[in-house]
Amino acid sequence: MSDLDAFRAEVCAWLEANCPPEMREPVRDEGDVCWGGRKWVFKNDAQKQWLEACVSKGYTVPDWPKAYGGAGLSPEETKILKQEMKRINARSPLDSFGIWMLGPALLKFGTEEQKVHYLTQIARGEIRWCQGYSEPGSGSDLVSLQTFGEDKGDHWVVNGSKIWTSYADKADWIFCLVRTDKANKYQGITFMLFDMESKGVTTKPILLISGNSPFCETFFDDVAVPKTQFVGEINRGWDVAKYLLGHEREMISGGGAGGDMVSIGGAFAKAIGKNDHGELDDPILRAEMAAFDVDVFAYRAMGERFMDMWKTGRAHPASSNMMKYVGTELNKRRHELVMAGGGSDALEWDSEESKGGARARTWLRTKANSIEGGTSEVMLNVIAKRILDLPGA
Amino acid sequence: MPLYHNDDQAMLKDSVAPFVAEQAPVAHLRKLRDEADATGFSRDLWAQFTEMGLPGMLVPEAHGGLGMGHMEAGIVLEEIGRNLTPSPFLSTSVGAVAALAKAGGTQAGRWLPAIASGEAIVALAIDEGAKHRPDRIATTATRAGNGFRLDGKKSFVLHGHVADMSIVAAKTDGGITLFAVPKDAKGLTADPRRLVDSSLASHVALDGVEVDADAVIGEVDAGGEILDALLAATRTGVAAEMVGVGQGAMDRTVTYLKERKQFGKLIGEFQGLQHRAAHLYGEMEVARATVMKAQQLLDEGSEGAKLMVSVAKAKAGRAANLAVREGVQMHGGIGMTDEYDIGLYMKRDRALAEYMGDVHYHIDQVARMNGY
Repeated sequence: MSDLDAFRAEVCAWLEANCPPEMREPVRDEGDVCWGGRKWVFKNDAQKQWLEACVSKGYTVPDWPKAYGGAGLSPEETKILKQEMKRINARSPLDSFGIWMLGPALLKFGTEEQKVHYLTQIARGEIRWCQGYSEPGSGSDLVSLQTFGEDKGDHWVVNGSKIWTSYADKADWIFCLVRTDKANKYQGITFMLFDMESKGVTTKPILLISGNSPFCETFFDDVAVPKTQFVGEINRGWDVAKYLLGHEREMISGGGAGGDMVSIGGAFAKAIGKNDHGELDDPILRAEMAAFDVDVFAYRAMGERFMDMWKTGRAHPASSNMMKYVGTELNKRRHELVMAGGGSDALEWDSEESKGGARARTWLRTKANSIEGGTSEVMLNVIAKRILDLPGA
Repeated sequence: MPLYHNDDQAMLKDSVAPFVAEQAPVAHLRKLRDEADATGFSRDLWAQFTEMGLPGMLVPEAHGGLGMGHMEAGIVLEEIGRNLTPSPFLSTSVGAVAALAKAGGTQAGRWLPAIASGEAIVALAIDEGAKHRPDRIATTATRAGNGFRLDGKKSFVLHGHVADMSIVAAKTDGGITLFAVPKDAKGLTADPRRLVDSSLASHVALDGVEVDADAVIGEVDAGGEILDALLAATRTGVAAEMVGVGQGAMDRTVTYLKERKQFGKLIGEFQGLQHRAAHLYGEMEVARATVMKAQQLLDEGSEGAKLMVSVAKAKAGRAANLAVREGVQMHGGIGMTDEYDIGLYMKRDRALAEYMGDVHYHIDQVARMNGY
């Protein structure tokens, strides 16, 4: 038995002993997803128990070093853990912008002290982070951001506002891009970290077309941020921001794979019905769904190849932009088909049968996929410039 | 196994890519075409392939081959695609080898060493109509004397007119049986037609062709599984070749966008073209990953291989088709000229798209395999 086979056997046994049966059920609603943090209320004991088991093993962040709360797994071992978790339908023990976005940035740019402090908190699910990037006047042109931190010696005084801050009203801390030099566009931004309970921070949820409010407006009025709470170098936050965006795009691209839905045509076979040949009883929709399934299976292979290459430093540094573009466009297409497959049932907005309009609301939510974290058009610009090396791009 | 080439595979690519680019670039195809070559490929080039051991890549070592896998064969096919190289590699060294190796027995012992040594060219006589419908074979094999009598018509048989042996799928009493029909068999005629991409594909007639009982590949009535192995290998191979065709077309086009000026600018500066080129890049990357996944699953003998093979043929078909269409459009007027290579990519793509099932066929297969 090779080392990896032995590892797989060990993982299987551990999961069997530690993953509660309730945590092997599909995620049904937002409350089933564990985000952690100071204000987190566990939905049930199983959710708490599963998080604690994973924390003790370092499995919330399996590929991070043990010193920072991870399990120190190699890319191959991490892949095996994910495969085995998927095999038993184990839920993610902890979803977190700290894991997906801030963590990788700290691992690359943080001081040893910051890594030990913040990464360990993230790994344990103790602090829930939000991201302060976009501003009302700075969307795709993010680098034009105006939120300003005035230098007061040992601290900055931050004024301005952010928008589309995901779950800002539920977050404990924020990683935030703040202008610290008005004369220098790219080299005048600092990547700051501060507590959302700091005096002067307020949040206001934004009602979206889905009827939900996952995003907020976030306002800073004379917020004092100690001058120790920044990542990388002062005025060089754009480097950190760009690196983090790569991880954010990688994270968002994951939606393209479609989670538990193996095949969209298969998922709707019962609802739509079949003809005598066992084919979906709606030939044009069947054809569209089958063409979509081809693209999903293909995208899953792409996701596997991308992660294999990304984790071993073989991927083009801009390739997460391609993944984000392809994955989000695919996910939007999926939910158009989910609505078509569901017919008038899928239009229901608040009935019990529709689980509170889950399909319609999710369909609307996915429209943001190709906007948040960089629009599809920006992704195409980046591919043209950085990968294809096209002129003037 | 990670989904990228390992060191050995990268080395193989490093030796095959420059070899094909130097010995058989697009100019090689043009030369054969302009000389109205009647063979369909260069035997000198095939001899060079043989020196490198390529015809026997997939042949098991016990039969004199290299015992490699589809991932390795795909590396060769991608370069063949990128350079539009006319070659019997796909039929002979991938499709035929997959069938013979799966079947074993007399025919494997006879033909696999001959393929590995570069002596034998093998054709695949599967299709019977204009569209690929391998589950509707009308050609019959009836018992006669010590063997069988074959009657029927086959079409789209690449290298059929020069093959030393053709693998013929025929209906027998209890199922499908595959036969190894040698080129001198009485009643076998091949009528080669020049296709849009300058390749030669034959209409093959089997008029009472008599073969011995040992011409059966595998067992009588049990050809279905062997045919499946042949189809899976060949489809994956075509998909790999199409990745090469698409990549070759895309690379030429992106280069052109950086050279051609209009309105006082390089046309690659226009966002309208940049976004389309970037979209194409994504589609090609996805197609490449998909084909590699199919190769990997085939090499592992995984149950999921069949689904992924259809996904790969469909996805590579879509991506390569986009690459050649965008290629001609972005080249503008000169893309319509015979002088520029981009049009040749469009032609080859069309022929490969049809071979062993087009995009629509494989999308339908994916639906069926997923129960709808």
